Amino acid sequence: MYVAVKGGEKAIDAAHDWLADVRRGDPAVAELSLAQIREQMSLAVDRVMSEGSLFDLDLAALAIKQSRGDLIEAIFLIRAYRTTLPRFGASHPVETDSMQCQRRISATFKDVPGGQILGPTFDYTHRLLDFKLAAEGLTPADTPTQDTPDLAAERKPHVMDFLNKDGLIETAEATNDTPPDLTREPLELPANRALRLQNLTRADEGFLLGLAYSTQRGYARNHAFVGELRIGKVAIEMDIPELGFSIEIGEMTVTECETVNQFKGSKSEPPQFTRGYGLVFGQCERKAISMALVDRALRWKELGEDFAGAPAQDEEFVLSHSDNIQATGFLEHIKLPHYVDFQSELELIRSIRTAATAALAETKIAAE
Amino acid sequence: MTPLLDVQNLSKNYGQRIGCKDVSFDLYPGEVMGIVGESGSGKSTLLNCLAGHLEPDHGKVLFDTKTDGLKDTVTMSEPERRMLGRTDWAFVHQHARDGLRMGVSAGGNVGERLMAVGARHYGNIRAQAADWLGRVEIREDRIDDRPTAFSGGMQQRLQIARNLVTGPRLVFMDEPTGGLDVSVQARLLDMIRELVRDLELSAIIVTHDLAVVRLLADRLMVMKDGHVVETGLTDQVLDDPQHSYSQLLVSSVLQV
Amino acid sequence: MSDYNFAYLDEQTKRMIRRAILKGLAIPGYQVPFASREMPMPYGWGTGGVQVTAACLTPDDTLKVIDQGADDTTNAVSIRRFFEKTAAINVTQATSDATVIQTRHRIPEEPLNEDQILVYQVPIPEPLRFLEPRETETRKMHALEEYGLMHVKLFEDISQHGQIATAYAYPVKVEGRYVMDPSPIPRFDNPKMEMAAIQLFGAGREQRIYAIPPYTQVVSLDFDDYPFEASKAEGACALCAADHTYLDEVIVDDDGGRMFVCSDTDYCESRRQAGHIGEQGTPYGKDAA
Repeated sequence: MYVAVKGGEKAIDAAHDWLADVRRGDPAVAELSLAQIREQMSLAVDRVMSEGSLFDLDLAALAIKQSRGDLIEAIFLIRAYRTTLPRFGASHPVETDSMQCQRRISATFKDVPGGQILGPTFDYTHRLLDFKLAAEGLTPADTPTQDTPDLAAERKPHVMDFLNKDGLIETAEATNDTPPDLTREPLELPANRALRLQNLTRADEGFLLGLAYSTQRGYARNHAFVGELRIGKVAIEMDIPELGFSIEIGEMTVTECETVNQFKGSKSEPPQFTRGYGLVFGQCERKAISMALVDRALRWKELGEDFAGAPAQDEEFVLSHSDNIQATGFLEHIKLPHYVDFQSELELIRSIRTAATAALAETKIAAE
Repeated sequence: MTPLLDVQNLSKNYGQRIGCKDVSFDLYPGEVMGIVGESGSGKSTLLNCLAGHLEPDHGKVLFDTKTDGLKDTVTMSEPERRMLGRTDWAFVHQHARDGLRMGVSAGGNVGERLMAVGARHYGNIRAQAADWLGRVEIREDRIDDRPTAFSGGMQQRLQIARNLVTGPRLVFMDEPTGGLDVSVQARLLDMIRELVRDLELSAIIVTHDLAVVRLLADRLMVMKDGHVVETGLTDQVLDDPQHSYSQLLVSSVLQV
Repeated sequence: MSDYNFAYLDEQTKRMIRRAILKGLAIPGYQVPFASREMPMPYGWGTGGVQVTAACLTPDDTLKVIDQGADDTTNAVSIRRFFEKTAAINVTQATSDATVIQTRHRIPEEPLNEDQILVYQVPIPEPLRFLEPRETETRKMHALEEYGLMHVKLFEDISQHGQIATAYAYPVKVEGRYVMDPSPIPRFDNPKMEMAAIQLFGAGREQRIYAIPPYTQVVSLDFDDYPFEASKAEGACALCAADHTYLDEVIVDDDGGRMFVCSDTDYCESRRQAGHIGEQGTPYGKDAA
C-alpha cells in the first residue's frame, strides 16, 4: 500500500524551530547582543553593509546574529530588507578629499602632504594566536592606552592629484551624468564604468579577491601600485527640495583605494599612468584594493589595450558572476526537488539505452 | 557585365597607423583575386573590411546582391550583412579552429549553414554533409567525429566543406594553407583549385605565399604599408613585376 | 501584515514588472529585461515567478502554487505561505479553483481556461545559453533570428543518440518568431503550451520576463524526419490508474522496487475522488494516513 508523501508544511515548521534552537546555541552561554556584534565584529558588520549595499551598523549586526555568522546569509537578509525601502533621493557625491581619515597610506610616495596614517591595521601584527583574548576578564585593551587620535577633517588631497599635475596620469574627468543604478534597472551590457563600479562595490569579496589576484599573476596583468588607500568618515549631503539647499544628513565610513597602473601607451596615446578605483562601505580594505585592480583590468577597451582573454578583463563574465546573493541562490537551488526533470532524463536514457542495446544485438546476430 | 564586387576607396586606420588606404578594385563572377604582401601590409585588414568583420573608415564595398543588385555592404543593416555571411559569402580562416565549431561533429559543422538557412530534414542534411566530406576527401565514416580528432589538413578541408555547402557566390580566404606542412599544403591547394574550377567560384585569397596565388589566382594585388602598389594578371605580375617592391617580393621566393 | 505592501512589492515595482509583462505579451517569446528585486527567498528558488505573481495578484485572486506538479513540496509550500502572509489572499490546491497558478517544472494536467494565469519559475531563460554563453551575442542571435545553432544541437543529438536527447526545457518557437525556453518542464508538457490561459515566465536572477498570450502557436523544434515526441514513462498511475498523465517514479523498497504515480497531485486526487483506482490505490478518503 502506497501513500503519497505529504507533510511539506509540517517539515518546514519543524525545521524553522530547530534552526531557532541551534542559532541560540547552549542557553547556559550568554546571548550575544547587537551592540557586542557591532563593536567587536566590526569588520564582519562592514562587509555585510558593503555587500548588502545598506549602511546601517545595527541592522548589519542583527543580520549577522540571525544568520548564525554566515555572512552571505546576513548580506542576503540586508538585501531583501533594502529592496523594500522607499527611495527618497540621491546624495551629492561624497568628497573623499575631506575624509576624516583613520588610515591613509600610499605605496608610491614616501611622504605625502597630510601625512601617512597607519591606523588600526592587521598589517604588521604577527599572526600569533593571542591567548590572552581567550582568558576571561579584563584585557589590557579594555583600558584605553592612547587617546583617540584627533581626526579633524583637515582636507587631505588625493595622492593621485600630484601625479595629475605633471600630466603623468590620465585625468579622470568629473561629469554630471547620473550614474546608472543596477538596483533599479536590469544590468545591460556593455556597461559603462560607473555601472561596473556599482556592480563591483556590491560584489562578493572572495570573487573579487580571486580575480584581482589573477591579474597580478599574469592573467591581464596591469601592474598596480596602491597610489593611496584611505579609510575614514565622510559626510553625506543631500539636497532637500523643501529647504531649497543641501544639508548634511549623516556620515559614514568608507574605504577608498586608488591604484596607479603602468601603461605602455597605445597607438593613439603617449605613455601615461592609468587608474583603477575602489570604493566600499565600511573598512573593507582587501575588497577596495581588489575592486581597483579589477576595475582597471575591465578598462582595457577604453584604454586601447589588447583583450588577453583573461577572466578579469571579461566584463560580461565579471559582472554576471560577481553577486554572491545571485550566485548562492542559484547554486543552492539544486537542492530543490528536480523529480520531474530527473524523471524525464531517466526516461530518455532508458530509451536511448534500449535502442543502443537492440542495435548492438543486431550487429552481433549479423556477425554470427 | 556587372562586377560581383566593386570596391571603392576603402580605407581603415588603427589610431595613427594605416591599416589599408584607398583600395579600389572590381571582381567579376568566376574570378579569383589574390592579395599578396608581407605581414603588416594591410592585406588581412582589407579582407576583413571586405567580409564585414571590420568596419572601414571610408569607402564602399558594393556587392551584387541577388535581390537588389549592387549594394554597399558597409552601410547595409547588420541583419542583411549577417545574412550574406551565411548565404552568399563564405570565409575560410587561416586557423581552422576559428572557422569550425570544435565541439560539434564534422557532420554538424557542415550541416550548420544548411540549418541556418532553413533545412529541416535530418536525413537530407546528413546526406549533403556526407557528400561534401567526400568532396574534400574526408572519409564518410568520420562524419560523427569532432574536428579535434582531425589532423590540421583535415580540419582545413572540413572548414572548406562547411563554407561551400550552401553554394556561396563569393569566398574569402585568409592564408588558407598557412601553418600546414608543405606536403599537406600541396594537396590542399590542388583540392581548392579543383573546387574553384568545378564550382566556378569567385574568391579573394589573401596570402604571403606566391605559390598559392600562382596556382589559384587570375589576378593579383600587391600590398605594402596599407597601399596597393601593383595590380595585374597573375602571370604578368609574377613574371614581370613593375614596382620595386613587387620585384623584391618575387625575387625573394623560389619560382614555382 | 502591515509592514509590507500588498503582495510584498511596492506599487512602483509592481508597475515596472507589469510593464515588462505587457511588453512580453505584445512580443510573444521575447525576453524582456526587468529590474528584478531581491526577494526574501533565494535567487534560483522562484524569485522571478514570485515577482510576476506579486504583480498580477489582486485581493480577489485565488492562488495555487505547485513545484514538480505537487502542491505539497517544500518550496511550493514556502511560496504559497509567502503570499498568504503578504497578500492575505485565498489559496487552493484545486487547479480549477485557481485564478493564478505559480509553477515550477510542470503544467497542470487539467486544461486551463481563459480566466487563469499560469506563472512559470525560470532558472535560465535563454534557450541558446548553453550553446553560446554570451548574453550580448545571444541577444543579437534572437534579434537577427539566427537560430541555426539550435538545430545544430538537435542534429548532434540525433547523430549521437539516434533521437533528440532533450528531455526537459525543450526549446520551442513561439508564433513563428522567437525561440523560447519553456522552463524545465518535461517535454511531455510542451504541447499543452498552446492553451487558453495567459502564460507568464519570470527569471529573477537573470532579470528577464517573457510571455505567451492565449491561443498562441508554440512549436517544439524538431526535424521533418525526426518529429518532436511528447514522451513520458510507460505505464499508468498506481494510485488513480491514469495512463495519459506525466508520471513520477517512486522507489518503494530497499531492493529498488518502483511504482509510478501522477506528478500532478491535485489531478490524481480528483481522479480518485471520481472513483478511478489504480493497482495500489485505495478508494478516496481511505488512505492509511
